[in-house]
Amino acid sequence: MSLPPADVFDSFSGAIDFIFEPRDAIGVGGQVGGLEQVWDLMWTQIWISALALAVAVAIALPIGLYFGHRGSGELVAVAVGNAGRAIPELALIALMVAFIGVGVLNVTIALMILGIPPILTNTFVGVRQVDRDAVEAARGMGMTELGVIRRVELPLAVPTIMSGVRTGAINIVATATIASIAGVSTLGDFIINNANYGEDGLLAGAILVALLALAVELVLAGVQRLLTPRGLALEREAAGATA
Amino acid sequence: MVGLLTQLPLIAQAGDFVRPPGEGPTSCVGENNTVCIGWALDNIDRWVTPTLEHLLLVSASVAAGFAIAFGLALLSHGRRWLEPTFIGATGVIYTIPSIALFLILLPITGRGTVTAVIALTLYNLQIIYRNIVTGLGNVPEASRDAGRGMGMTEQQLLWRVELPLAVPEIIAGLRIATVSTVAIATLAIFAGAGGLGDVIYTQGLQNDVFKTAIVVGSLIAIAMAVCFDALYVAGQRVISPWRKVRAI
Repeated sequence: MSLPPADVFDSFSGAIDFIFEPRDAIGVGGQVGGLEQVWDLMWTQIWISALALAVAVAIALPIGLYFGHRGSGELVAVAVGNAGRAIPELALIALMVAFIGVGVLNVTIALMILGIPPILTNTFVGVRQVDRDAVEAARGMGMTELGVIRRVELPLAVPTIMSGVRTGAINIVATATIASIAGVSTLGDFIINNANYGEDGLLAGAILVALLALAVELVLAGVQRLLTPRGLALEREAAGATA
Repeated sequence: MVGLLTQLPLIAQAGDFVRPPGEGPTSCVGENNTVCIGWALDNIDRWVTPTLEHLLLVSASVAAGFAIAFGLALLSHGRRWLEPTFIGATGVIYTIPSIALFLILLPITGRGTVTAVIALTLYNLQIIYRNIVTGLGNVPEASRDAGRGMGMTEQQLLWRVELPLAVPEIIAGLRIATVSTVAIATLAIFAGAGGLGDVIYTQGLQNDVFKTAIVVGSLIAIAMAVCFDALYVAGQRVISPWRKVRAI
């Protein structure tokens, strides 16, 4: 609005140049930008996010399955989900920097905390939504309680659980950007520690973070397809076709 | 585009913001090893403007998000093929991290409140639209039939039967959207729009990690989310007392 279109185009083409071609840093010497540095920072963001997500799933999934199977603890599961939404990511990282400290371990824990609520809540809700008749039928076939969870409730809850995992993953990847405040150099470096990168670096960082998040979403959507039991997928397709 | 960067409050620079050396109960500010409650109370005007800015960002973007999502829902009502398109499109925007969306909009819409409100509005669309559509979809066919039996046109059916029955889901969507927006709006500082991010980031992190500001900003943000949540629960009881308030 305040800037004419030609300038907008210049900004974006400058940002794209920054991604592909290294250039002299502003202020101090040395080169910044270019694919090598971009990949370096992006790789950090990917592995720290993947690690945090894996730990979050390892913690939230069993708890959600257990309480969902027993049908108790609904208030807690829902409250955790709501609280997770209300905590500002910036506040979480800032409080961590102020009172716990910076570094890879602390950042991973903070990211994990952000991932847990949606996974826990969705696992709980997903298991609760499984048709009770299916569970009774499984028991009638002589399945143990663990068998019921593993072979009936978990597979049937996959779509709901995966939607929680996707939300958690997006939260984590987004917040890993601000982890640059806490001494872990991710793509957020282009944004937060921007002095040497200039405006092009700033916009390049934003574009790369957006693309990374979309890629994560695509990958997890693929994982969801693979994990969804074929019968359930067919059923949904049929429901979608008639709706 | 010239000078955009120079206005950005991006790098932690000691001395950007001077902490007055406190005395007596406020001397803890100088040491900065704990939360200085006395100082926070003495300097209450530091927190007031960012809080009001934050309230403005949240209210404006939820209102705009609701208006647009409602329009989209009316458009796709009765045109079922539009629904996946709208859900997909709003979903893609929702996936983009807010900090990235703020910065990508900067060259287009400039720094300030407008950019922040646009980004936050785009975020709300997905949640609110989904809930309106779910609400309309959950209206029992029997209610529709009853309306038709009374001679209602499709328009009357929508406004007098379907929408009123969808109110609980719509409010649930607004509730989630509002609470998330309160949290996300702390990042509006990167769009130069102030808000509580100013307290947490500029007055806190960038100011030699000033603990009091970080805690005060975080607490106000969380308190604001809790208050909005309570308001929605109360509002829903008033509007549709026959329905139990849904927890999610």
